[in-house]
Formats: sequence, structure tokens, C-alpha cells
Amino acid sequence: MSHALSRIPASQSTIGKPVVSVRGLVRNFGNGNVLDGLSLDLQPGSFTALLGRSGCGKSTLLRTLAKLDPAPEGTVQLPDERAVVFQEPRLVPWMRVLRNVTLGLRRPDAEARGLAALAEVGLSHRANAWPLTLSGGEAQRAALARALVREPRLLLLDEPFAALDALTRMRMQGLVETLWRAHSPAVLLVTHDVDEALLLADRAVVMADGKIAADIPIPLARPRRHGDPGFIALRSRLLTELGVDEEHLAAREPQRTDARAAGARPGGYGLPAGAAAAPSL
Amino acid sequence: MTAATATQRTGSRSRRWTLPAGALPAGLRRCAVPLALLVLWQASVGLGWISTRTIPSPSQILTAFWDLTVSGELAVHLLVSLGRVSAGLAIGVSVGTVCALIAGLSRRGEDALDALLQMLRTLPHLALVPLFILWFGIGETPKIALVALGTAFPIYLNLFAGIRTVDAKVVEAVSTLGLTRGEMIAQVILPGALPAFLTGLRYALGVAWLSLVVGEQINASSGIGYLAMTAREFLRTDVIIVALIVYAILGLLADLIVRVIERRALVWRPAFIKE
Repeated sequence: MSHALSRIPASQSTIGKPVVSVRGLVRNFGNGNVLDGLSLDLQPGSFTALLGRSGCGKSTLLRTLAKLDPAPEGTVQLPDERAVVFQEPRLVPWMRVLRNVTLGLRRPDAEARGLAALAEVGLSHRANAWPLTLSGGEAQRAALARALVREPRLLLLDEPFAALDALTRMRMQGLVETLWRAHSPAVLLVTHDVDEALLLADRAVVMADGKIAADIPIPLARPRRHGDPGFIALRSRLLTELGVDEEHLAAREPQRTDARAAGARPGGYGLPAGAAAAPSL
Repeated sequence: MTAATATQRTGSRSRRWTLPAGALPAGLRRCAVPLALLVLWQASVGLGWISTRTIPSPSQILTAFWDLTVSGELAVHLLVSLGRVSAGLAIGVSVGTVCALIAGLSRRGEDALDALLQMLRTLPHLALVPLFILWFGIGETPKIALVALGTAFPIYLNLFAGIRTVDAKVVEAVSTLGLTRGEMIAQVILPGALPAFLTGLRYALGVAWLSLVVGEQINASSGIGYLAMTAREFLRTDVIIVALIVYAILGLLADLIVRVIERRALVWRPAFIKE
């Protein structure tokens, strides 16, 4: 079904003009700058994870790129074809799933495209369902289809897996990677989860105090696994950048590891290494 | 109440938080207590425990009902009352809706209207009867105006609140999809406010009958209220009760209509979904 949606050749992903270009972005919320002269480029077809402590400004940056927040100072260049998936599915409850997916799509074949997008996320059978009857994972897949059908050149993901249970989250991570490979939008994934970033992204950008504190390439082969040596090394590095001392964390909060392995909602940094295999694709 | 009723009607597969109700069909279950009271009432009057001066027995009321129906008197008064309620409701709902749209969809509209309407709504509208008589005389106008005034406020208040409480996160997500403002209002804001509007409509219908009762007792020469007032002069408690029952039936029917509208319009709500 993916033939209905355009592909951007993967070769574009490393060369040429950035699809997103942010320069000197400042955003002030009264008591200090949330974004403080931030600059960031995203290449077409790249997959970037945006990490940082709570309140570091990463959600504000994503909202600015979604044009949900203003950019009073600095320049922001964006493609017109943007799509956002939020932590909550945010479907319109009084529209059936297909209508939600095609909402705002102005083209004669909107319905066919909507159905194709739903097929890609494995939700064809729910096209005619009411959103409030969907499970959390299904609703989030519908939200993904709603983003995908717009053929975005920039796909913004704001912690899209955070509210899902551990198994659904793994499946959704696999789905996002598949869709990204098929359609090659530039993806910016805001996440708290270092392992999620390492599973999916080519590049991890760590934010602190409204700026980019670290910009780390993730040159790991796919599919990736939590136990791979390269994975573990990068994980330590990212955790250090985030100001988390791994050994200290492990010694002080051993029970946390168990809780997360059992499927608890992620709240902080880092899954236990090896607790979950990479999702099969 | 809406949810509970809907749950019972959609059957056992939808979310049920009430206790299981046994084998009786839903309609009969709901009628059981009123029916029992009716039997008790008939027996009490029949056995002379209650004087027919105070209250006639159900069978006597039924006879009066029959006589009024056969003579055509009831139909005439009923049509007049229905006409007044319809006219008043049409005006009140329209005014309430327009005001709510203006105040709900724009800040300037809110500044212009909301404070004023919030002040006016604290006024018990039935207290305006003397003023209305002075303004509009004793014809149809004060009765219709009373209904219109009473119904505009519940519509305004509920629809305004409904528009303002449409899930902001959904609106935000939809705003990234490239809808025009008109499309956003028509497809997202107004459907989102519809449940609140229907709640307002239910209140409005209740207020409409109440206003009619009061309105028809001031110098009316027709209508159900007039029927009851003349019956008082002839000590016809049975006719008074017939009038009360007619009011009750009308209120019930109105509620039923809104409920049918709700079930059709809010089909996306889990309580209404039949799969």
C-alpha cells in the first residue's frame, strides 16, 4: 500500500540543504529564557532524538517547530509539509478514524490515501471505528497515520510512546522505524528515554538550559539491540551528558530497574540494558 | 442520568455500573414504582381514606380526561399551549445560541456579552411577569416572551461553556492539520460543544413548561393553564389534575425528543456505541 505515498530517496539524507534550520532561537517565559539562542539543523530524511531533563526546553523547541508556539527572536526555516504526533493521540472523538486521518487533507483521493496510511500502521480494520473505542496503541497508530498521510518532510514526535505499556511501546517503536525507512521524512523525536533514542535515531541532541549541550551521532547498524557493545557505550555517554551517573543510579535505585522491566511507565533516563530486545521489524 | 439511561438502553454489553436488574424488561422496571403508587391512590380514594374534594381517584381523572378529549376542548387548549411554547422556545433557543456563539467564539464577543448575560441570569425570570404585563399587555406576547426569556439562558450558559471547554489538546492537534477557521469551528468546535448544547436544551424545555404554567395563569382565555384556572373556580379538582398530567406528558415528550436527538447526534460516545 505504501506506493500511494511518495518516497524521498534515502540518498538525500546526508547531503544538501537542511530541511529545518533554526538560528539563534530565543523564547522567554517570564522567569528566564526557555530557549536561549538555540541553533539546530535537521537534514532531510534524518532521524534525530532530542533529549534533556524536564524543563530544558525540548518540548518548547518541538512546539516552535510545529508552529504551535511563536518564535519571537531568531530565525526558523521549516518545510510546509509538517506533521506532529503528540504523547496523547488527540483524535477528534466525533469523527471516525478514517475521517480523523484525512482531516484537513485537500485532495480528491484523500480517502484512498487515508486508507493506505491506515493499512500501513495496521489499522485498516478500524477505519470506521469511533476513536473512543480504540485501545491506547491503536489510537496512537491512528495518530501516526494522520501524520503519515500528509507526506511530511518533517515529522515531529513529542514523546509519542510515553503513555503506552511496554510491549505496545516496543511495537510502536518498530512501526515508527519502518515508516521512517519507507517514507524518509526528517524525524525529530522528543524523548526521555535514552534507549529509545539509541534504538531509533541517527543522532542524539541533548538540550540543557535552552541550548544544544551535546550533539552525538549514533552510527549503529540496524536493527539495534540493547546489549550490543556500541549501544552500551553510547548509552553511557548519553547518560553522562544528561548528568546521570549510571553506577550511582544503579546502586541507589535497584528496584526501579525491576519496575521498568515489568512494564512501568518510563519516567526518567535509561531502560535496563538487555531487559528488552530490539523490536523485530 | 443520561449515561445510566443510555447504558440500560444499549444493553448488557456496554459499560454497566448499575446492579443487574433481573428478568423484567427495562420499560416495565422503570414503571413499576409509579404503577404501584397509582394502585395505592385508587384504593385510598375508593375506600374513602381520601376525600374526592381533596383529590379524585385515578379513574375519575381518567373520565374527566376522556370527556375533555371527546368534547375537543383539550385539543384546542393543548394546541394553543404548544404554539406558545414552540414560539417561545424558538425565540429563546435562537437568541441563546447566537449569543453563545458570539461570546464563545471571540474574546470581544465575550467581553461584550458575557458579563451582562451572567448578571441577567441571576434574575428569576418569572419575577418579570408584572413588568411584562405592563410592557406587552395580556395577550400572547407576554406569555411567549416569558418562555423565550426563560429558555435563552440555559442555552446560552451551556453552549458558551461547551464551546470554551472543547478539549484544547484536540483543537491544538487539529490546528496542525491545516484547517481554516471556519472548518475548525464547524467540524471541531461546534460538534464538541453539542453535548453541552443538548444539556442546555433539556434545561430549556423544563423552563419552557414552567414559564408556560405561570404565563397561562395571567389573564389567559385559552391554553392548558387557563383550563386549570377555570376548573379551580368550579372546584373541578379532576380537571386541574388532567391539566397537570398534560403538562407532565408534554414535559416527558420533550425530554424524549431531546434524548432521541442525543442518541443520534452523540453516537460517538462510548455509552451510545453499539457494535
